Amino acid sequence: MSATMMEASAAAKTLEPMIKADAIRKDYGRLQVLKGIDLQVERGEVVCLIGPSGSGKSTLLRCINHLETIEGGRMWVDGSVMGYDLKGTKLHEQSHSKVCRSRIEIGMVFQHFNLFPHMTVLENLIESPRLVLKEKRSTATARALELLDSVGLADKAKAYPRQLSGGQQQRVAIARALCMRPKVMLFDEPTSALDPELVGEVLKVMKDLAATGMTMVVVTHEMNFARDVADRVVFMADGHVVEQGPAKDVIGNPQHERTRAFLASVR
Amino acid sequence: MTLMTEPKKTATTADDFSIVKARHPGRWISAAVIVFLGLLLARSVVTNPNFGWETVGMYIRDISIVRGIGITLQLTAICMAIGIVLGVVLAVMRISANPVVRTAAFAYVNFFRGTPVLVQLLFWYNLAALYPSITFGIPGVDLDANRIITPMTAAILGLGLNQAAYMSEIVRAGILSVENGQSEAAGALGINRLQTMRRIILPQAMRVIIPPTGNETIGMLKTTALVSVISVPELLYSAQIIYARNFETIPLLMVASIWYIVVTSILSVGQYYLERHYAKGGQRSLPATPWQQLKRFVRVHDPLTLKGAKK
Repeated sequence: MSATMMEASAAAKTLEPMIKADAIRKDYGRLQVLKGIDLQVERGEVVCLIGPSGSGKSTLLRCINHLETIEGGRMWVDGSVMGYDLKGTKLHEQSHSKVCRSRIEIGMVFQHFNLFPHMTVLENLIESPRLVLKEKRSTATARALELLDSVGLADKAKAYPRQLSGGQQQRVAIARALCMRPKVMLFDEPTSALDPELVGEVLKVMKDLAATGMTMVVVTHEMNFARDVADRVVFMADGHVVEQGPAKDVIGNPQHERTRAFLASVR
Repeated sequence: MTLMTEPKKTATTADDFSIVKARHPGRWISAAVIVFLGLLLARSVVTNPNFGWETVGMYIRDISIVRGIGITLQLTAICMAIGIVLGVVLAVMRISANPVVRTAAFAYVNFFRGTPVLVQLLFWYNLAALYPSITFGIPGVDLDANRIITPMTAAILGLGLNQAAYMSEIVRAGILSVENGQSEAAGALGINRLQTMRRIILPQAMRVIIPPTGNETIGMLKTTALVSVISVPELLYSAQIIYARNFETIPLLMVASIWYIVVTSILSVGQYYLERHYAKGGQRSLPATPWQQLKRFVRVHDPLTLKGAKK
């Protein structure tokens, strides 16, 4: 693993958890998606969220970087409440630009990559370092090329996303998120939109990233990845955390009926 | 009975079969009819003395006609610029989270789309009758409407503000055509709303915005003819002034029409290349331009082997 990825992952300085979800509630109209989620992610930990579709795992992930507003609870990221200013017992909604500033520390990878199609791979990578971190073009480019190299795509810097395979696009998306030197990386079903033979290359990059000590929260259906890479697996259903623990316990020896039924269905 | 030394060869291998193309007599007949009608039209245009081709030739590069074209182009450029800039602002207002802002933009669009642009032009031209002095409600500001509203400013205001209403709908459609995932990805990277709009959304929306904007520009070029009613000396008005003097109405209308066609044709070419530019990233590879197609045709068709010769 390259030095760049090493440096991209945040060193564990303090003892407080990287992410602490405290009774998070989320509704879509009358539908309750998250019904009071408590979750803690330690620094350097890799947590996989698994569960049937509609269980709220993607929504929870999107609450971490405030892509979704919440109806109740508090989402602590790196010691501060995400999306709100906490004054006494009141949570004051932050301005969009303030939310954007907190998001610098949180990288996110989407199911459908969401690369910017009108920009080359390199332009995709240097866009936010230039706009948000005000980095010089040369600095941003040098770092982007290193990161592209670390995901095995050094030769694709000048290509447009549409000219790449799904697996390559997703690796670019990972490199793009790492360009912001995040302390935590969120993955929202990163391999679900890929052809089966392309899943491996993306999982390998994620595995390498995990090995650098990056804190990662991964929503996935890849049970093998969860078993091999995750420090902890969290099983969600119907907006609740049903069961969590070390990967080998939750996947290998599930305690709850719901977990057993789900694992039987994905095998 | 004679012995056949060389039996008649029958077609047996795949190489012996050949394809005979269908004749399509219907296509030939329809083509012939159209060409015939075209020739009739051309003959009538050339031989009918009322077209006054000599007069057309005399005035086609007349100085006041050329000045008229200048003003027409100037008006088109200024009004489209106002239309596009204001249109983008209105489009962003239309998708704002603030209901008052949204409604204001809607009201603007509704008013300017709902009244004929000719009426709007006449209103602007007669603004002094409505507001003899313009103060903007600011103390110390007192502008004489009669001095400010010249025919040209009335034309610019009338056409530009009207165009903004149409452009805002085009821009809005373009913005809505960009997937939501794009602004989410930008937001997740910490890029703020304004930068996301400018760097991520609008460049992608361009692919949807450019073709109708090209149409609008061509439309605007022709709509500028309307301002002849408020005596702006653009192309049509310049022609009208000349035929009011010499009564050669048809030849001078021909002069104006020829110039309109020439300029719109040039604009169409520009539109083609602009569309190509913004198609970047939309397709894996861009289609060849007509010029590139021609070059390729010349390259692969050696003139000596043109007659369908097989290699």
